Amino acid sequence: MSAAKFSNPVVRWIDHRLPVFSMLDHTAHEYPTPKNLNYMWNFGSLAGLSLVIMIVTGIVLAMSYTAHVDYAFGSVERIMRDVNHGWLIRYIHMNTASFFFIVVYLHIFRGLYYGSYKAPRELLWILGVVIFLLMMATAFMGYVLPWGQMSFWGATVITNLFSAIPVVGESIVTFLWGGFSVDNPTLNRFFSLHYLMPFVIAGVVVLHIVALHRFGSNNPIGIDTKGPQDTISFHPYYTIKDIVGVALFLLLLAVAVFFYPNAMGHPDNYIPANPMQTPAHIVPEWYFLPFYAILRAVPDKLGGVLLMFGAIGVLFILPWLDRSPVRSARFRPLFRIFFWLLVVDAVALGYLGGKPAEGSYVVMARIATAWYFLHFLVILPALSIFENTKPLPKSISEPVLATTGEAV
Amino acid sequence: MANSTSNSESPSADGIQEPGRRDFIVVATYAMGAVGAGAVAWPLIDQMNPAADTLALASTEVDVSKIAEGQAITVTWRGKPVFIRHRTADEIARANAVDSADLRDPEEDETRVQRPELLVVVGVCTHLGCVPLGQKTGDVRGEYDGWFCPCHGSHYDTSGRIRKGPAPTNLAVPPYSFVSDNVIQIG
Repeated sequence: MSAAKFSNPVVRWIDHRLPVFSMLDHTAHEYPTPKNLNYMWNFGSLAGLSLVIMIVTGIVLAMSYTAHVDYAFGSVERIMRDVNHGWLIRYIHMNTASFFFIVVYLHIFRGLYYGSYKAPRELLWILGVVIFLLMMATAFMGYVLPWGQMSFWGATVITNLFSAIPVVGESIVTFLWGGFSVDNPTLNRFFSLHYLMPFVIAGVVVLHIVALHRFGSNNPIGIDTKGPQDTISFHPYYTIKDIVGVALFLLLLAVAVFFYPNAMGHPDNYIPANPMQTPAHIVPEWYFLPFYAILRAVPDKLGGVLLMFGAIGVLFILPWLDRSPVRSARFRPLFRIFFWLLVVDAVALGYLGGKPAEGSYVVMARIATAWYFLHFLVILPALSIFENTKPLPKSISEPVLATTGEAV
Repeated sequence: MANSTSNSESPSADGIQEPGRRDFIVVATYAMGAVGAGAVAWPLIDQMNPAADTLALASTEVDVSKIAEGQAITVTWRGKPVFIRHRTADEIARANAVDSADLRDPEEDETRVQRPELLVVVGVCTHLGCVPLGQKTGDVRGEYDGWFCPCHGSHYDTSGRIRKGPAPTNLAVPPYSFVSDNVIQIG
């Protein structure tokens, strides 16, 4: 073991009995990382940072929030007006939620482009999808807590989805509600679970990082590292690069929090929940819009629910849909085109999810939904078989060192 | 990495490295990080301090005209009981008769009241916080005829001063003022 590395005797005493310092050193200091990672590899650490910000601000908000239908809305307004810096902590919490999803979507699309889901990182990818699902559950329940119009009606719509399940659907919905409609029992249990889930997420994040460290990070050319010539130590190179990413992230977060704090929210949520009156257009928060579009695209209730969950389901099985031995899109020209079409499709789904389900929007949402599943279920497997990929370099260092005649 | 970036980083003759540009950058980064961490931590800690609405509830108004001589009332102020006693002439005389040098917490009675007949004290024992007895008729008032704390046996006199028992200081006199002849505002 490397206990001898530490000069401080107290550190050595602890590390000999509980190797936490050695573990930290191995994980984040000396840890060999591919030397060619680009800025698309920053989003994992930004996601981790977002989780920490959400947990810290959330715990603090929970000190002043009251989870009762008669007091919830007022308690949030009290936080905004009376609690010291309450407005700041609340705006940070709600804007970091959006930023968390931005960062995670970029992280996911990085994985899609560079083939980070391929062997031997299948389980790493699946753990990531699990984290994504947990994030969605957490965000959904969190949005209910202020008990505004969108909180209440969004909760009603989404919990009602489960009535689509044959035979047991209605009982499940009653079970979820704790009553005959979204009401106080629902709010209370959502508060409890919303407090719990982030810690479950943190646990899965630990597994995600353990799985990552088993084989190390993928890299932009998708070629495995062959030795020390292909890697650099995580500290100081990637710590400082991550700090640059963090600085830019916090700058953008500050712009949102201080200048446009409600830009990503819906004004209707500043109206106290009224079970007797449905808002004109019920929409979830922006990060759910693509899934909302898929849900509404299918004319059948159960079909819509199945396809909405199926949209995330295809992500789980992605390593087995795309079997091309070439990882990175850099060497897959046809795959690259379809990748960008998927990006356009995802943005289109998001746009359509925010529109009323009327007229030409319905047709467009159906086309976009069909394309999404076509991409994963038909195009990717076909590409695995038929695509002519570009020749791969021998190693990460090869394009650089070959000219100096050194060993590759 | 054949060349070092600065001559100041190569060891001098006795093997000690001079501080260089890199050290400056590293120290500056950590210093900014510490300032940033402090700036982030402060609002998260300060939000636990009383909020604006709690501070706004800091005053209570009481109409004292209805309290008969020899009678006492209890009002709530900042979540605590406040004893307001309309003292009899006898009680006032006994309070003044005490030599303050004999007291554990020396205080003259006249410094504890604005009008001698009206004693306003916070009804929380200065030992460990129980509410002393003596407000209701029939209550034990202790050996000095003021208040008696049943928790650990502190005796307070007719000026609310500690005379016997473990309490270290006299019953606190809250800040109050007469907003009219009959009405005081506490806090």
